[in-house]
Amino acid sequence: MKEVRLHGRGGQGGVTSAELVAIAAIDEGKYAQAFPSFGPERRGAPVAAFIRVSDEKIRTREKVYTPDIVLVLDPALPSLVDVAAGLRDDGIVILNTHLTEAEVRKEFGLKCKLAMVDATKIAIEVLGLPITNTTMLGALLKATGIVSQSHLEEALDRRFGRIAEKNKKALQRAFDETVVAA
Amino acid sequence: MARRVGVEVSIAIAEAVKLAKAEVIPAYPITPQTHIVEHLSEIVANGELDAEFIPVESEHAAMSACCGSSAAGARTFTSSSSQGLSLMSEVLYIPPAMRLPIVNVVANRAMSAPISIWNDHQDIMVQRDTGWIQTFAENGQEAVDLTLHAFRVAEDRRVSLPIIVNIDGFTLSHVIEPIELPDQEAVDAYIPPFKPRYKLDPRKPISMGPVGIPEVYTEAKVAQDNIIKNSKKVIVKAWKEFAEQFGREYNPVETYRTDDAEIMLVTMGSISETAMTAVDKMRDAGQKVGLVRIRLWRPFPGPEFRKAAGKAKVLAVIDRTLPPGALCGPVGAELRSLFYKIPGSPKIFSFVAGLGGRDVTVARFEEIVEKAKKYAKKRPKELYEVIGVREK
Repeated sequence: MKEVRLHGRGGQGGVTSAELVAIAAIDEGKYAQAFPSFGPERRGAPVAAFIRVSDEKIRTREKVYTPDIVLVLDPALPSLVDVAAGLRDDGIVILNTHLTEAEVRKEFGLKCKLAMVDATKIAIEVLGLPITNTTMLGALLKATGIVSQSHLEEALDRRFGRIAEKNKKALQRAFDETVVAA
Repeated sequence: MARRVGVEVSIAIAEAVKLAKAEVIPAYPITPQTHIVEHLSEIVANGELDAEFIPVESEHAAMSACCGSSAAGARTFTSSSSQGLSLMSEVLYIPPAMRLPIVNVVANRAMSAPISIWNDHQDIMVQRDTGWIQTFAENGQEAVDLTLHAFRVAEDRRVSLPIIVNIDGFTLSHVIEPIELPDQEAVDAYIPPFKPRYKLDPRKPISMGPVGIPEVYTEAKVAQDNIIKNSKKVIVKAWKEFAEQFGREYNPVETYRTDDAEIMLVTMGSISETAMTAVDKMRDAGQKVGLVRIRLWRPFPGPEFRKAAGKAKVLAVIDRTLPPGALCGPVGAELRSLFYKIPGSPKIFSFVAGLGGRDVTVARFEEIVEKAKKYAKKRPKELYEVIGVREK
């Protein structure tokens, strides 16, 4: 079982991202859960969402405390939130950042495996908005392969209808530009 | 063909209500039930379901409208939660006594104050004695299946009682997970059209719910008690037929790894799945631990529970509500009554966990089992213990 914690801000679509990954995994025939950190929705405030993907039936309703993967949608969050909290030893943190690996390690004190992409830049250029939820799914795919790209794109098509194409383009560009650093 | 989809549990419940062809849905939105009634109002507005969706002004009005529509012979559904369910409370006593088969999905949530929108079982335990049949779902699939089962049982003429299906707020209602949605033909075969024995009809006027003078009130209440007790046979049979139709089995009480178990955890609702994982972990460490889950809460399945758990040395019962000033939580009290003075029955220890959205983790279940072991050797001072209280 792979466990993912997703950090975003209220209104950035983090919960939607989590849902799309779970739906894609279920469409693949796997078992999955996606759920928000329950509570009132607060635009702009740091929020978390959780995903589990497994080949077997998932029998837990705990929050994710020891993630294999952490996905961070907002570039400023690592200085506000301990994004690596509880991360497993072989876990990975995937960041939306314009910084280099060395800068990230120095700035945020992260010693774990990292993946980085400037998702805000891609989202502004492709979508015309600094909303990085679908863009960062490209980085998630590149760094982890947690679901298949085709099933994720089908889930995007169903969710976004006519604006799905743009989102898939942003996702693809993030996939291509993501740098994984051990 | 049934479809396996990744879907939010609330949406799946709304789809189940659509498959059951509810005809009248009076509802008032409240967190965390909101997505259920929002999606139902969309389904009705889109013409996918030929039903009347009544956006009432309060939960009191919702249940009042439910009584009217069910009495007129319409298949009736509503859903609520917490403060909203409490606002319904005055009216909740009416449909069981008037034998109105309304189905109500309750997304369980804490009660204020302090204000909490998060999950526990306080809201439903307040309504425990209103006379509704009550079931608890462990996961999204079960939430769907119990909703279908509720329509089938409620409208059976031998029962003719309303049913509350309890689903944990947020920890079930807001989770995306794989759910198999049955096809319409199978649901049609399982839930026949609603044909009430009596209904309000201006052409054949009758009175429902008139005054019960002291000479008849006791008998009316005894009749009601007999009806809900006898409903268990129909409830169980409808689950058997559900298994034949849809391939998923349900029983009033379920066990998990209880063969040779000396200590059994007792749960209701969605913490049961986490409890199974905890049991697996403790079994791997060589502990003789099992789990008993109560699915049918009212009428309480006494003989079934005794059969499931009677051989345990210790029961560690988990309540999701803390009734102030009581001897212990309602599930603990029920089981203590059940085993009272029966020779060789298990020692019962009562715990309270998961109030107002506090996560009930695998580690908490391990802690509860450790405490139960300790108490089996040396009786605790109190009849219950609240788990996971922060010291500072």
